[in-house]
Amino acid sequence: MNAAELAAQGLEVIVALAAAPLFLGWVNQCRAWLANRTAPSVWLPYRNIVKLFGKDAVLAQDASPLFRVAPYVVFSTMLVAAGIIPSMSTRLPLELAADAIALVGLFATARVFMSLAALDVGTAFGSLGARREMMVGFLAEPALLMVIFLAAHIASTTALPAISAHLTAQSFALYPSLAFAAVAFTLVLLAENARIPVDNPATHLELTMIHEAMLLEYSARHLALLEWAAALRLFNYACIGFALFVPWGMAGGAVGPIGLALAVPVLAAKLTVAGAGLALIETVSAKLRVMRAPEFLASAFLFAVLGLLVHLLLGAQA
Amino acid sequence: MPAATPLSLSLALLAGWVLVGVAGLVRPSSVRFAGRTLFTLGALLGFALALLAAASLARGPEALTLPLGLPDLPFHVRLDALSSAFLLILGGSSAGVSIFAAGYFRPGEGAAPGLLCLQYHLFLASMGFVLLANDAYAFMTGWESMAISSYFLVTTQHRLGEIRRAGFLYLLMAHVGALGILLCFGVLQGGSWQFTFDAMRGAHLHGAWASGAFLLALAGFGAKAGLVPLHVWLPEAHPAAPSPVSALMSGVMLKLAVYGVLRVAFDLLGSPLWWWGLVALAAGLFSAFYGALFAAVQTDMKRLLAYSSIENLGLIFSGVGLALLFQGSGMHALAALALLAALYHCLNHALMKSLLFLGTGAVLHATGERNLGRLGGLIRRMPWVAWLSLVGALAIAGLPPLNGFVSEWLLLQSFLFTDTLPHPFVNMLIPMGAALVALCAALAAYVMVKFFGVIFLGQMREPALARAHDCGGMERIGLSLLALGCVLLGLAPVQAVTALGPVTRELTGSALPAGPAAWLLAPVPGRSVSYGPLILFAASLAVVLLSVIAVRLLYHHRVRRGPAWDCGFGATGARLQDTAEGFGQPIRHIFQSFFHIERELPTPFDAAPRYRIVVDDRIWRALYRPLGRLVHRIADALAFLQQGRIASYLLYSFATLVVLLALALER
Amino acid sequence: MSPVHATHLPWDLQLLNACAALLLLLSFAMLSQRRIVTLVDLLAVQGALLTTATVLLAWRSAQPHLYVSACLTLALKVLFLPWLLHRLIRRLNVYWDSEPLINPAGTLLLGLLIVVFAFGLAQPVSELASTTTRSAIGIAVAVILLAFLMMITRRKAMSQVVGFLSMENGLFFGAMSATYGMPMVVELGVALDVLVAVLVLGVFFFQIREQFDSLDLHHLESLKEKP
Repeated sequence: MNAAELAAQGLEVIVALAAAPLFLGWVNQCRAWLANRTAPSVWLPYRNIVKLFGKDAVLAQDASPLFRVAPYVVFSTMLVAAGIIPSMSTRLPLELAADAIALVGLFATARVFMSLAALDVGTAFGSLGARREMMVGFLAEPALLMVIFLAAHIASTTALPAISAHLTAQSFALYPSLAFAAVAFTLVLLAENARIPVDNPATHLELTMIHEAMLLEYSARHLALLEWAAALRLFNYACIGFALFVPWGMAGGAVGPIGLALAVPVLAAKLTVAGAGLALIETVSAKLRVMRAPEFLASAFLFAVLGLLVHLLLGAQA
Repeated sequence: MPAATPLSLSLALLAGWVLVGVAGLVRPSSVRFAGRTLFTLGALLGFALALLAAASLARGPEALTLPLGLPDLPFHVRLDALSSAFLLILGGSSAGVSIFAAGYFRPGEGAAPGLLCLQYHLFLASMGFVLLANDAYAFMTGWESMAISSYFLVTTQHRLGEIRRAGFLYLLMAHVGALGILLCFGVLQGGSWQFTFDAMRGAHLHGAWASGAFLLALAGFGAKAGLVPLHVWLPEAHPAAPSPVSALMSGVMLKLAVYGVLRVAFDLLGSPLWWWGLVALAAGLFSAFYGALFAAVQTDMKRLLAYSSIENLGLIFSGVGLALLFQGSGMHALAALALLAALYHCLNHALMKSLLFLGTGAVLHATGERNLGRLGGLIRRMPWVAWLSLVGALAIAGLPPLNGFVSEWLLLQSFLFTDTLPHPFVNMLIPMGAALVALCAALAAYVMVKFFGVIFLGQMREPALARAHDCGGMERIGLSLLALGCVLLGLAPVQAVTALGPVTRELTGSALPAGPAAWLLAPVPGRSVSYGPLILFAASLAVVLLSVIAVRLLYHHRVRRGPAWDCGFGATGARLQDTAEGFGQPIRHIFQSFFHIERELPTPFDAAPRYRIVVDDRIWRALYRPLGRLVHRIADALAFLQQGRIASYLLYSFATLVVLLALALER
Repeated sequence: MSPVHATHLPWDLQLLNACAALLLLLSFAMLSQRRIVTLVDLLAVQGALLTTATVLLAWRSAQPHLYVSACLTLALKVLFLPWLLHRLIRRLNVYWDSEPLINPAGTLLLGLLIVVFAFGLAQPVSELASTTTRSAIGIAVAVILLAFLMMITRRKAMSQVVGFLSMENGLFFGAMSATYGMPMVVELGVALDVLVAVLVLGVFFFQIREQFDSLDLHHLESLKEKP
């Protein structure tokens, strides 16, 4: 662990923190273009967050301390996760503390705390949202774990930076099992980040909300932290996808300042393409009924398991 | 006078428990004496036992023959690493539970505290004796005492019919299991007719006999552990017992079944076959999934925890199955890893589940309600119970950095190696088991959110809940001890893994290095993956503190209180929030083929509409009820023997005497 | 387990593996698809994948008759049969399938079990086969069984025809990967069989629709004699 690796770690966290709302803004911009509308500025999420921090927090009479603590816990798990996911370098000191399974555990922690906070005030929509979020989560988490398992089988380790390093070290090869896993991962990304077809992030109808319903009681700085955490989550998932399926361009081996400097524009390019792709998927899909979401996620789980089976059958070459 | 070896000290502690129990009969109705003093004394003995067991983990095995028992069959006892590990579980868990129980029993509540004290401490002592037994006779004596003392504990409130029924079912299944274990010991002695474990170790059974012994052990101990389909007694007996007893049963007694399987498969049978592991793995995975599904749809808080125990025991048996698979295929280091996962989960579950059961005990005491539909919002009235139960709930949900995550991590890491098994079809099938483990872990999180959210969060569903009071001092100490154990096992897994090293070395012949540093757990052989919960926790804490400070420095931290927003609906009340049935509805909907559901739905023409839904166990209806009917039919058919006439009874005795005389003549 | 590298395989074999995996993916997609037009399109894509695989195999094994086979596959499975089926769909006006017999999640789970079974079945067989693509035999068996499952769980007759054709695709792929293609005579015979079957089924459909005014095969049950 030397200074360059620490610098890489710090840079990753800062870039994640700074760029996550921009990524969200870019996705909205692409959606608007595809729908032939004028989009709000890409900097709008930043302005929202700043505005929210300045407001007074209004809490329900019955809210317990858990309600106040939850936004901080969710935000911190997302930020720590951003430190573990290799977005610009495959040598991160924090990888010693947490591998990909711990990463999935961190996401689960965030989900559980949000659901508990939603149940805390005891309103109808909050508890509805909590129930639906746990339903989506309990199917999405195994699917994500299976995708990671497949990558771990190929790279024979569960540490995410090591998986990226291994996949980068090969010359370009077609892994059909990873193709299955990519499909599964995209479906999980859509479900966990409350995107169409699982949930409409821009909806105002409470009865159809999954993720938004849990934020209904929050205001001011708590809401700002949760919005930032949601943007961070999308950013993290995108980076996990890059690390597993498009890992080239990261500073690996002996990390130096040039490697890091080159990794930033590569990441930006990947995020641009990914954001546009996400917007495209959202535009061509229709939102599913809530009770169809388990089928959606079951198919994601199945694709991941199928990918693992194909990898085990076709041998190590696939 | 035997020297003060760990074995003799453990026996002394167990005898101490018996004495404490008997002392309760001196003044049976006094809560202060029998309740407070004696239970605290029992807790101290438990604590001492835990320390002793931890210290003796690294020492070699030690055996003794007691001058007790029958004239030709004295009790043999032995303390080795495996026994020490489970004695640690027994001592540590019972310490916390006993302290809680000291404050739990109130005057005027059913059975006399002195009687409870006797049964409770006999229960503890017999469990300890089972762990120390070195021959089948001592083992079965301890096992039966455990079953009988726990039966009396379960039927404490025997005036209620449903509790009597639960107790009966419990005793029945305990003896079905005991039958299996007895038959297993019968097979294990291998013709020498010596029932000491040393003789069994030397018997070296092969082929069908060894497999038969293992399957009998799995069935017999599985009935005690609650492996599906022998699980039907668990959801009845655990809720029926008083909460400290439920905590002990779930936390410690079920682990004794795991101890039994480990003892038979690894120690007494010597070299396990690989396909035994497959059977154990399949049974464990199915139990885990089944338990998690049923836990999600329960409306009684203690039944929910009982099904959750079935799930966790299923996961432990999956770990044991993996260990057998690897050991039978000659991969000792990997067997050690899987065994470590199973043992760590035993330790974890003992603490987590006891904590939760004690929490429900406190809630039951304060509110008198077990039904989830009449609880809610208790975090405001019972903050101690709520926050400590939160630790337990998060631990069972398998969230880092608590202890449930560590055993889950270890189990998943072992699954990653299963494709290197040398058996052709199996090495493709077993990695799929990891998918099922992941699903069970996610379901556990679902169940815990339901449990904690419906009981402690939200608004109070009954106005009487506003008078609930928090638990007393002793109860707080008990809960805190268990919660502290959970946190310590989560943040310092390296020390725990190092301590458990002798156990894996004894059973599989290989011990794993715990890690390169005291704060990094890296026991996986041949790979460089590690887990450092302290660093994770420190990083998260640092971010939380930094964000709090940053927000206060840059902005402000003003807070106003107001009514809940609820999208401006205004007409809120406790009835509008989710119920326990509602929270379980997605699981009911997705997995409806697993349940047998009876619905009572209102029609538009009902004057007083009612909605009722009852979720039943299919296995109970499909397997046990027909079995019960068959037994009744056979009994009815044989009823003709009971005539009521003296002449026919005399005729039976006469006929038997004649037959015996004829046989003796033939000799 | 040491890390493995896919670069040890030449590029055409990698492509073949990719085709096999995509074939499996398509079978699953057909299992869960309820829109019949999409089903036929997926069938056409399956045919295209088969053509690609045949061409690759022809290139690798240097057997010219496989090129002819590829052209036949292209003409029949990618162009003619889908066109015919689309015409049938328009004339019979059957665009959507009704709810399948088992719920979608259960069907997918059953499909997964079938895949596991097929892979396990194929392992000893692939040891015996002598071609370089023998590991794809498991996928071929899986595709056949999955198509069979699709035929069992669907209600509308059109989906069952698509399932039948998909089964034949799987058979073709299996024969190719095991023995580098069947003898030409057998292939022509099978192709003719399939063509005749589709034509006969087409006629059958019109009769069913005339009798029952719908293509739901449940109505055929009413033909049972009542005692």
